Amino acid sequence: MSLLQLPAFGKKRPWVRTAVLRPELGSLVAAALLFIFFSIASSGAMLEVPTIARVLDTAWPYGIIAVAVGLLMISGEFDLSAGVMVGTAGALLGVMAAEWGMNLWLALLLSLGVCLALGLWNGVLVVWTGLPSFVITLGTFFGLRGANVALSKYFTGDALIENIDEAAGFDSLHAIVATVFGTAPSDFRVSLLWWCGFTLIATWILWRTKIGNWIFATGDDREVARAVGVPVNGTKIGLFMLTAGAAWFVGVSNAVRYTSVQAGQGVGAEFFYIIAAVVGGCRMAGGYGSAVGPAIGALIWGIAFVGIPHAGWNSDWRWAFLGVLLLLSTLINHIVGERVRTARSG
Amino acid sequence: MTTKQTADQGNGASQLSDETPDVPVLEARGLGKRFGSVVALRDVDVSLRAGEVTCVVGDNGAGKSVFIKMLCGLIRPSDGQILLDGTPTEFSSPRRARALGIVAVYQDLALTPTMSLWRNFFMGAEPVKGWGIFQRFDVEYAKQAMQTELEKLGVELGDPDRAAHTLSGGERQGLAIARALYYGARILILDEPTSALGVRQSGAVLRLIRRAAQRGTAVILVTPKPQHAFWVGDRFLVFQRGRLIEDRASETLTLESLSYLMAGGGEVDELESAIANA
Repeated sequence: MSLLQLPAFGKKRPWVRTAVLRPELGSLVAAALLFIFFSIASSGAMLEVPTIARVLDTAWPYGIIAVAVGLLMISGEFDLSAGVMVGTAGALLGVMAAEWGMNLWLALLLSLGVCLALGLWNGVLVVWTGLPSFVITLGTFFGLRGANVALSKYFTGDALIENIDEAAGFDSLHAIVATVFGTAPSDFRVSLLWWCGFTLIATWILWRTKIGNWIFATGDDREVARAVGVPVNGTKIGLFMLTAGAAWFVGVSNAVRYTSVQAGQGVGAEFFYIIAAVVGGCRMAGGYGSAVGPAIGALIWGIAFVGIPHAGWNSDWRWAFLGVLLLLSTLINHIVGERVRTARSG
Repeated sequence: MTTKQTADQGNGASQLSDETPDVPVLEARGLGKRFGSVVALRDVDVSLRAGEVTCVVGDNGAGKSVFIKMLCGLIRPSDGQILLDGTPTEFSSPRRARALGIVAVYQDLALTPTMSLWRNFFMGAEPVKGWGIFQRFDVEYAKQAMQTELEKLGVELGDPDRAAHTLSGGERQGLAIARALYYGARILILDEPTSALGVRQSGAVLRLIRRAAQRGTAVILVTPKPQHAFWVGDRFLVFQRGRLIEDRASETLTLESLSYLMAGGGEVDELESAIANA
């Protein structure tokens, strides 16, 4: 007998219906359409291997951080300091290795420690004060934006830190974060594998671990989650640290790859991560999204960034494109997404 | 009264409490809460038994929500103590209270809207398999276990992948109660579970509450509706102005006397005489 009855949904859903209800589907379709569009507009130049290599090489640094920012967004928070933290990680590594002669591996660990501490700072402050993370991380953003350049100049006399390749441990670290496959211009970096790996692990965490359930719950309804025993504060703090860790990885990868660091780098990139996450189907208010979506969002940015000049347009249109893309995807997510969510979430 | 008797027939509650007659599952001694200089609740002495439905009734601000929030770890008492199975216990958080078998289901704090039924069902207590960093949320088990538990209680909700906010109010309560019982809730606290429901769904939820008590759970029910309380309750705690003023067994009450108590008891007399004398 049943006390509470409702016309039951079928046990088996057609696969089409299941696919349509995935949060990242919209971005996948958009990426495909955009790629086809620029392939035609560039008379096939988009399909050549060097172009594809450039698209991927443009996308991965945004992709890795966007995945972390996406998880953070699902938990209901933002991090505007993720961009400058790329500069912080690189500058720290540069000063310690190139200026102080420290072993690169030690410098790597120390810069990771500082970045995680900054993530902890963001998270603890958001949790304790209850203020919007937008404001807290904006404070961290300006603090780091100043400190990155000021401290680099203080220690090295310049905002550009060079000669990282002369530090001990360079070769082994370079092999891990910056190995090249193929020859320029058809070269692919090992960073792409890191990007894929990180996206897969993040997806697994989100959908198939209890921490993933906590991330959804924290963003979906913080008070409900807390009342049933989800450690909502710990989840948020952990995600701020994850985002800082992702920024660290990109910062040190770039420092080792280019053997130099511009301490002012990363300013402005924070919005790309958020845009990639939103385009990838993460709901800004939290509670819904995926890890693959933000990665595809970053790929869309790569396609547009490389495709626009290949189509013979002025590169300045990239920014206008980004604005239109954000607005469109948010609208689509709002209209279609809300309807989809009422039907199902996995 | 007829309804009441029918409800109690075949009820294992009395049998269960006969086996353990003198050990209250949960006991409050001199329990009180102050917020600064405001006394929200003072000197509450209550003991709750397994298999009983205890209804907590009273006006807004009478202290009933503070009382139940202290029992489930959301608020820490300022005075007195809570005894679990006769042992003084402190509930530092809802997570701690839940680990000890005290689960609260709130009217608004039951389910998160966007997540699926099975994710909601296991939220905060996810079943895992595997070791170390390979430990993972056992999704197949989760869906299966939820369906089994719902079937046991006679709650039919359909596709476990549905988003929770597609459920009706009664279904939400059903899922939340089933979840609490699944976790081995020995003490189930329900905050106005029927206040937003129509007659038919209220009936279903009240039957579910009765069934939970039959399974040996001590149920604490907060409700503003005398009919609902009377139909389902074994005991009635009446709060007024931060005090527990009545602690009555259902045998000593009629629906009329309960309604009178719930409407404020003495306060109604006062109000009537005030109107008459005006």
